[in-house]
Amino acid sequence: MQLHTLSVHQLSELMERKELSSEELTRAYLDQISQVEDEIRAFVTVTEDIALAQARAVDGKRARGQELSPLAGIPVAVSDNICTEGVKTTCASAMLDNFIPPYDAAVAVRLKRADAVLMGKCNMDEFGMGASTETSAFFCTKNPFDPAAVPGGASGGAAVAVAAGEAAFTLGSDTGGDIRQPAAFCGVIGLKPTYGFVSRTGLISCASSLDQIGPFTRDMTDLALILNTICGHDAADSTSVSENVPDFKKSLVNDIKGLRIGLPKEFFGTGTDPRVAAKVQEAVCKLEELGAICEEVAMPHTEYALPAHYIISSAEASSNLARYDGVRYGLRVEAEDVLSMFRKTRSQGFGAEVKRRIMLGTHALSTGNYNDYYVKALKVRTLVKQDFARAFEKFDCLLTPASLATAFKTGEKAGDSLAMYQSSACTTPVNLVGVPALSLPFGLVDGLPVGLQVIARHFEEGTLLRVGYTLEQNTDQTRPKPGLFL
Amino acid sequence: MSNYEAVIGLEVHVELKTHTKLFCGCSTEFGKEPNTQVCPVCLGLPGSTGVLNKKVVELAVKAGLVLNCKIGTYTWFDRKNYYYPDLPKGFQISQVFRPIAYKGYLDIDINGQNKRINITRAHIEEDPGKLIHSGGSIMTSHYSYVDYNRSGMPLIEIVSEPEIHSGEEAGAYLEKLKANLEYAGVSDVKMEQGSLRCDANVSVRPVGTTALGTKTEIKNMNSFRAVQRAIEYEVERQIEVLEDGDRVIQETRGWDENRGITLSMRNKENPDYRCFIEHELPPIELTPEWIADVKGTIPELPDARRKRLVEEHGLPDYDAGVITSSLALAEFFDAALKKYPDAKTISNWIMGELLRLLNARNMELSEAKITPDGLAALLELIEKGSISNKMGKEVFEVMFEEGKDPGQIVKEKGLSQISDEGQLSRIIDEVIAKNPKSVADFQSGKKQAVGFLVGQVMKATKGQANPGVVNAMLREKLAQ
Ligand SMILES: [Zn+2]
Repeated sequence: MQLHTLSVHQLSELMERKELSSEELTRAYLDQISQVEDEIRAFVTVTEDIALAQARAVDGKRARGQELSPLAGIPVAVSDNICTEGVKTTCASAMLDNFIPPYDAAVAVRLKRADAVLMGKCNMDEFGMGASTETSAFFCTKNPFDPAAVPGGASGGAAVAVAAGEAAFTLGSDTGGDIRQPAAFCGVIGLKPTYGFVSRTGLISCASSLDQIGPFTRDMTDLALILNTICGHDAADSTSVSENVPDFKKSLVNDIKGLRIGLPKEFFGTGTDPRVAAKVQEAVCKLEELGAICEEVAMPHTEYALPAHYIISSAEASSNLARYDGVRYGLRVEAEDVLSMFRKTRSQGFGAEVKRRIMLGTHALSTGNYNDYYVKALKVRTLVKQDFARAFEKFDCLLTPASLATAFKTGEKAGDSLAMYQSSACTTPVNLVGVPALSLPFGLVDGLPVGLQVIARHFEEGTLLRVGYTLEQNTDQTRPKPGLFL
Repeated sequence: MSNYEAVIGLEVHVELKTHTKLFCGCSTEFGKEPNTQVCPVCLGLPGSTGVLNKKVVELAVKAGLVLNCKIGTYTWFDRKNYYYPDLPKGFQISQVFRPIAYKGYLDIDINGQNKRINITRAHIEEDPGKLIHSGGSIMTSHYSYVDYNRSGMPLIEIVSEPEIHSGEEAGAYLEKLKANLEYAGVSDVKMEQGSLRCDANVSVRPVGTTALGTKTEIKNMNSFRAVQRAIEYEVERQIEVLEDGDRVIQETRGWDENRGITLSMRNKENPDYRCFIEHELPPIELTPEWIADVKGTIPELPDARRKRLVEEHGLPDYDAGVITSSLALAEFFDAALKKYPDAKTISNWIMGELLRLLNARNMELSEAKITPDGLAALLELIEKGSISNKMGKEVFEVMFEEGKDPGQIVKEKGLSQISDEGQLSRIIDEVIAKNPKSVADFQSGKKQAVGFLVGQVMKATKGQANPGVVNAMLREKLAQ
C-alpha cells in the first residue's frame, strides 16, 4: 500500500475499518521522512516522539470505541510560523532559533482536538518573506518535481511535505500567495480561506491585515474535511469573524452547470508564460464543457495591486517584527549598552530579505513618505476591492493562473528582488481584498506542475470546493505525481 | 519678568480603574511581585493576539464626558512605533488619528475668577512596563530590570490646549481634572502610585505677542505641588535664557525634586513614531444611545456638589470648594451631616482639624481612623457642654489616630467638662474671695476683669470647667 500518496479520507477509512493503525501509518510517514528528508528538506523540526505518542493515544481511543474525527490519527505538519506548545517555532529565522512557545496556536489546538498527529514543523521563507523558501535562515527546500527548482514560498516546506508524502496534509500561511504559489509549484491543492475565517491566534504575524492560515491537501474532499476543522470563530482573535461555518463536505458537488466564471484579462498579460496560459485555457475549455459559463472580465487596477501589496505588507511587517529586540526571548547579541544590543541583535538575527522589507516598510511609514506611499497604497487597496466587488456582481468566481510561470530554478531570482516579487502578481490582489482563493493543480509543463487559481466571494469557499471537485472528478490533471520521491 | 508670559500645555496620563488590562485578562492590581501579572499578550510574545476590554471603552467615554468632551462614535487604535526595553511589542497601541474624546474643557477658579482651559483630546492607550536601572539611566547602567506588570494597563492621555499661564493655573487645572475623574469613578488618580502622571510643555513669549516660543517638555514630577514648582522654575529659567540673549532649546527636561530644578534629559529624543492603523483590532463603534446610557451613570460632579453645599446648606463658597475638591471629603461631609445637622460646624471641623492633621501627617482621608459618625458624636458632646471646644480638638486627634468613640476617649482621659453649678459655685466663691482687686475693678465698671476671673476658675479646674457656664455664674454672683 502506498500510504503516503493516499488522501486523508482514504487513510481515515482504512483506520476506521481497522485495516491500519495510526501507529503504523505514523511509522510509514516517519520512514518516508527519513528516506527523502535529507535531500528535500521540508522540515525544520520533525516531532517523532510527539507523533508516535499521539498515534498510540488515537489507537487507544479507537480500541475503546470512542467516536473520532475524520482527521484522527492522520499525519499533519504545520509551517514553522504556527506556534506549537513546547515545540520550537522559528519562522525559519536565526532570531527565533531557540524560541519554544508556551502555547499552541488556535489551529494547533483544533488539530489536537481532532486527534491529528503532528509530524513536525515545515521550512519557509524567513518570517514569511519570500516566494521560494530560499530566504529560510536554515536551508533551502527542494521541489519534488525537480530538485534544481524551488518549491515556491513562503510556505514552501508545507507544500513539499504533502507532495513528497511526508504528511497527509499540512497548514501554511498566506500573506500574498504564500500557500497558493507553492501549491502550484509542487502540484498539490492549496487554499487561502477568507480573511478572518481561520483564527490568527498563534500565527506569528508577517502582515496582520493580510495573513491567513490555510491547508495544503492531495484532493478536494480532504480540503473540505480540513476546512471543517480549522474554520470558525475565536474570541481571542479580534480579526476572527463569527460567520457560521457550513459543512463544507456538502459543497463537494460534481456539477458546475450554469456557474458563471470570470476570466480577468489582466491576469493573462504579457508576463504570463504562454505554456501556462495554454494550460489555463485548456481548463477553461473543460469547465465550459462541464456547463460553466466563462467570460472575460476587466479588473483595471490589477497592475497596481502588487506594489500596493508590497508597501502595505512591508509597512505592517516593519512594525510586527519590532518586538524582536533581544530583551525577552529569541536571539540576543550582548553589547555595551541597550541601543547597541538592539542593533547587533537585529543585524545578526534577521536575513537580507527581512531587513529589506523592514527598511521598505519603515520608509513607507516615515514622516514625509506616509502619504505618498502608505496612504496611497491603502487607496489602491480600496480600488482593487472595488474591482473585485464589480466582478462578483456578474460572476460566481474568477479563474486565473496561480502563478505566471512554473517553478523557477533555485538561485535564479535570488539576486533580483523585483523579479521575485513579480512572481506573486496573480495572488497578491486576493489578500488585499480578503476573499478566499483555491490553487488547484492542472497538469504539467515540461515536467513541472501548473496551478489554477479560483477566487470566490467572501465566505464562499463552497464555490471553490464545487469547482475544484468537479474538475477533479472529470479530468486526470489535478493530481500530478512527482516521480522522484513517490 | 513681567514682560514675559508663560504658555503651558499639560499632558496627563490617567490609569483607568479596571480589574483587567487593556487587551488581556491579566490583573491590574497595584504593588504585586514584578512580572507576576503577565501573559503572552502583554509580553508581546510572537503570535499573541489581544482583545479590547470593553470596560476600558466605558470608562474612557465617562472620562471624556466629565472633561466636557465630544465623544467619537467611530474611532480606532493606531500603532506608535519606537524601541525601548519596557515596550514589549516595539510599538505602543494608542489612538493617534481618532481619539475617543476630543474638544473638551475644564473651568478653573483663579482668585475668584473663572477661567476655561480647553482640552484638545483624551485618547485610550496602553501603558509600557516599568524599568528599574542599576545605574543612573538606561545608557549608563550596567544592567536594568524590567517589570511588565504595568505593561498593557489601560490609560487615557488627556492633552490640554496651551492655555495655562502659570504654575498656579496648572495646579488648579490638575485639581479639577483629578476631582472630576475621581467622582466619575474612572480612576484612582493617585500620583504617588502612578495612576496619574503629568508632563508639562512650557514656553514663554513677550507679553502682547501671539506666536509660541520654543517649548521644553518637563517630566518626572511626582505631585501636583512638584508640577507647580517645576513650571515656575522652568518659566523663570527660560526667561533668564532669553534675557541673556540666548535661545531656548527644544528638549525634554527632568524635574529634580531635591534640587528644585529642571535638567536636560539628552537621551530622550522623540523618534519618528511612524504611526499607522492597528489592523489587529476592530474599530470602536459607539451609538449615541450607548453614550447616553454611560452619561446616565455619572454621579453629581464637584461643581454641582459645591453649588449644592452653598445653596442648600449655606456653606461659604470657599469651604464648599475645598470640601468638594475630593470625593472622599465630600462623602465624609454628607455622612456627618446626616447625623449632626449643622453644616457650618461640620465644615469648620473638616476645614480646620481634619485637613490640618491630614496635611501634617501627609495622609489620605482613607488612611485616617476617624469616621463621619464619630465626628457627629463628638460635635454632640461639645454642643451638650460635656466637653469644651478645646477638649474636642484633643479628642478629635485621638479619634483621627485610633478611631475610638469620642465618649470613651473623654472617659479614659478624664476630660469631661464640669458644668455642674453646685460644684462650680464653690470654686467660683473661692476665686472671688482670693481676688478682691479684680472684683473691685469689675464692680467699678471694668467689665473685662471678668475674663481674668474666668481664667482663674479654669486654672483651678485644670481647664475642665465649662467656660460659658463659669462666665454666666460669675456675672451673676458679682452683680449681687
Ligand atoms: Zn496579560
